[in-house]
Amino acid sequence: MNIHEYQAKQLLAQNGVAIPLEIPARNLEEVRGVAEKIFSSGSARVVVKSQIHAGGRGKGIFTSGFQGGVKVAATADEAVSLAGKMLGNVLITKQTGPDGRRVQTLLLASGAKIKKELYLAVLLDRAAGRPLVMASTEGGMDIEEVAARTPEKIFKEWIDPAVGIMPFQARKIAAALGLKGDAFNAGVKFITGVFRTWWECDASLVEVNPMCVVEAPEGKEAVVALDAKISLDDNALYRHADIQAMRDLNEEAPLEIEASKFNLNYIKLDGNIACLVNGAGLAMATMDIIQHFGGMPANFLDVGGGASKEQVTAAFKIILQDPHIKGILVNIFGGIMDCNVIASGIVAAVTETHLNLPLVVRLEGNNVATGKRTLADSGLKLITGDSMADAAQKVVRAVTGSK
Amino acid sequence: MSILVNPDAKVLVQGITGSFGAKHAQLSIDYGTQVVAGVTPGKGGQFFEHGEKKVPVFDTVADAVKQTGATASAIFVPAAFAADAVLEGVDAGLELIVCITEGIPARDMIRVKRAMQGNTRSRLVGPNCPGVVTPGEGKDSYGGCRIGIAPGYIHKKGHIGVVSRSGTLTYEAVWQLTCRGAGQSTCVGIGGDPVPGMSHLDIIKLFNDDPDTHGIIMIGEIGGSAEEEAAEWIKQNCQKPVAGFIAGATAPPGRRMGHAGAIISGGKGTAAAKIAAFKAAGIGVAATPSDMADTLLKMM
Repeated sequence: MNIHEYQAKQLLAQNGVAIPLEIPARNLEEVRGVAEKIFSSGSARVVVKSQIHAGGRGKGIFTSGFQGGVKVAATADEAVSLAGKMLGNVLITKQTGPDGRRVQTLLLASGAKIKKELYLAVLLDRAAGRPLVMASTEGGMDIEEVAARTPEKIFKEWIDPAVGIMPFQARKIAAALGLKGDAFNAGVKFITGVFRTWWECDASLVEVNPMCVVEAPEGKEAVVALDAKISLDDNALYRHADIQAMRDLNEEAPLEIEASKFNLNYIKLDGNIACLVNGAGLAMATMDIIQHFGGMPANFLDVGGGASKEQVTAAFKIILQDPHIKGILVNIFGGIMDCNVIASGIVAAVTETHLNLPLVVRLEGNNVATGKRTLADSGLKLITGDSMADAAQKVVRAVTGSK
Repeated sequence: MSILVNPDAKVLVQGITGSFGAKHAQLSIDYGTQVVAGVTPGKGGQFFEHGEKKVPVFDTVADAVKQTGATASAIFVPAAFAADAVLEGVDAGLELIVCITEGIPARDMIRVKRAMQGNTRSRLVGPNCPGVVTPGEGKDSYGGCRIGIAPGYIHKKGHIGVVSRSGTLTYEAVWQLTCRGAGQSTCVGIGGDPVPGMSHLDIIKLFNDDPDTHGIIMIGEIGGSAEEEAAEWIKQNCQKPVAGFIAGATAPPGRRMGHAGAIISGGKGTAAAKIAAFKAAGIGVAATPSDMADTLLKMM
């Protein structure tokens, strides 16, 4: 699960990471109140930041033509005026795709005098099976570009899960980031807090970019998280009720939300051949084989190892809501599950939805003979495939119309 | 003969009284597997009954091992308790622990992996996996050792080793082999999680050392770099023909494709990179998932 920047910073702050004075707002009245509060704290500027689950907001463009999802205001009036151009409008960035995302929350933050922009992230190193802290002096940039162009500028420190991050490790990272004096000590606390956020929240990624050295009162330096992104491990959400409450359904595709209600794993893609498969690996492989034979898969859909008749019916209804669908491929390897149950589910679903698109079914496994008979006896116009390759070729032919 | 388990291995089931664990304990008994004990805390002293068979249930794995001599375990306990169940099996000195449970938090598995570091006695397969099957000699491979949830009848005793992250894709490969008369030595589903127990490479090394395994099918998917690591080793060391398939060539980056570990992140873990690593290592790459068995059999 992904969360918004303002939510990520709340989690970071709870774990001892310094963030600027910043408050979310959902309407223009709130924007004015929040902006006035931040100006009265002594800040010379207020940054107005669109909250969507995608990067590249600063360079994004609203469908209204307004440029930039992150803007700086010098007065409360200006903040309200900028907010009016963002709230409720659709922002397109390099990460949103052409449909963009509707901005429903803004984050208003005090402007800071930035002296240095750094990068800090914690993620799972799958090969090591351990958390990895990545730090770089090249803050504010795309870290993948830094890794590709100047890999020597990325410092890596692996954390032993038996003891967690040790103070000396945080000091090594702070030194690698070139921090000195006040900023060094603040950096050590900051790095420790970022790791603690990753661990305590069961995150899969915590990324602070940029992590900034800023001017603090009395000529001192402080270290704050100017922007942050957190992705969470879905498997661990059950033990974090507070984080579950941060889920924003506006950021998720409606069909994917609908599918999750039936414990179906559905991801919409751009093609026109829908597929319905049991098992994640087989579902991916089915998409691949459709493409191999010249078709385009319209979705990933895993009905799970023990799909019921109701789930199969729900799955059909969901894939049929995609207006681009020209044909459907059902690929079931019923190892333990009864193929006849699936066959009855298909018959029920086709009848109930009055399906009039080409449907190719490949059934294999337990009680497959009865399942195939159920399909044949139904009188439905469906095409059967003997193997994955046979079924995939048939559905591609049916959709492209070439025989 | 086989890897990890022989047909006569004594197996216990952690979570045998739950509906999922019970169903698959029954199917394993029906397959002829030596299911000698069940473990459900608080139900020690009861029996798990299936047909003629009465399997004693124990409160702890340690007790079950002591009383029955079990050396392998299948874990079906809920995700929140699965890490504890794995380490209980390690503590009891089990040689093989197969964790079927799906949905275990990655942080729990990071701790399990750390706790098992340096342990040379216990091996962990999974979690989020279909398990391990060493087919038997009877009809529909009856008499084999089935630990987990794979359908037993699709197997056939023979000389091909199969290792995969995906359950149904493993069944697909096994069924293709069986239909072509090519039996299997052992089939291992290592699971679709980002922090697994045994890796592709760990299993490939065992197949390479097993005199009864003559060829290997390795099935991978997007996410991580375990397939590339296995391919690198195979290139230098493997004595046997290996064919493979990578699922997810059409998967969009940044989306988790069902399995917790099946995600392309930061441009890493793409199908293209894994297929290239396979080709560079001389592994036969099946053009489609329908060709997995044929690709290997042509190499043998």
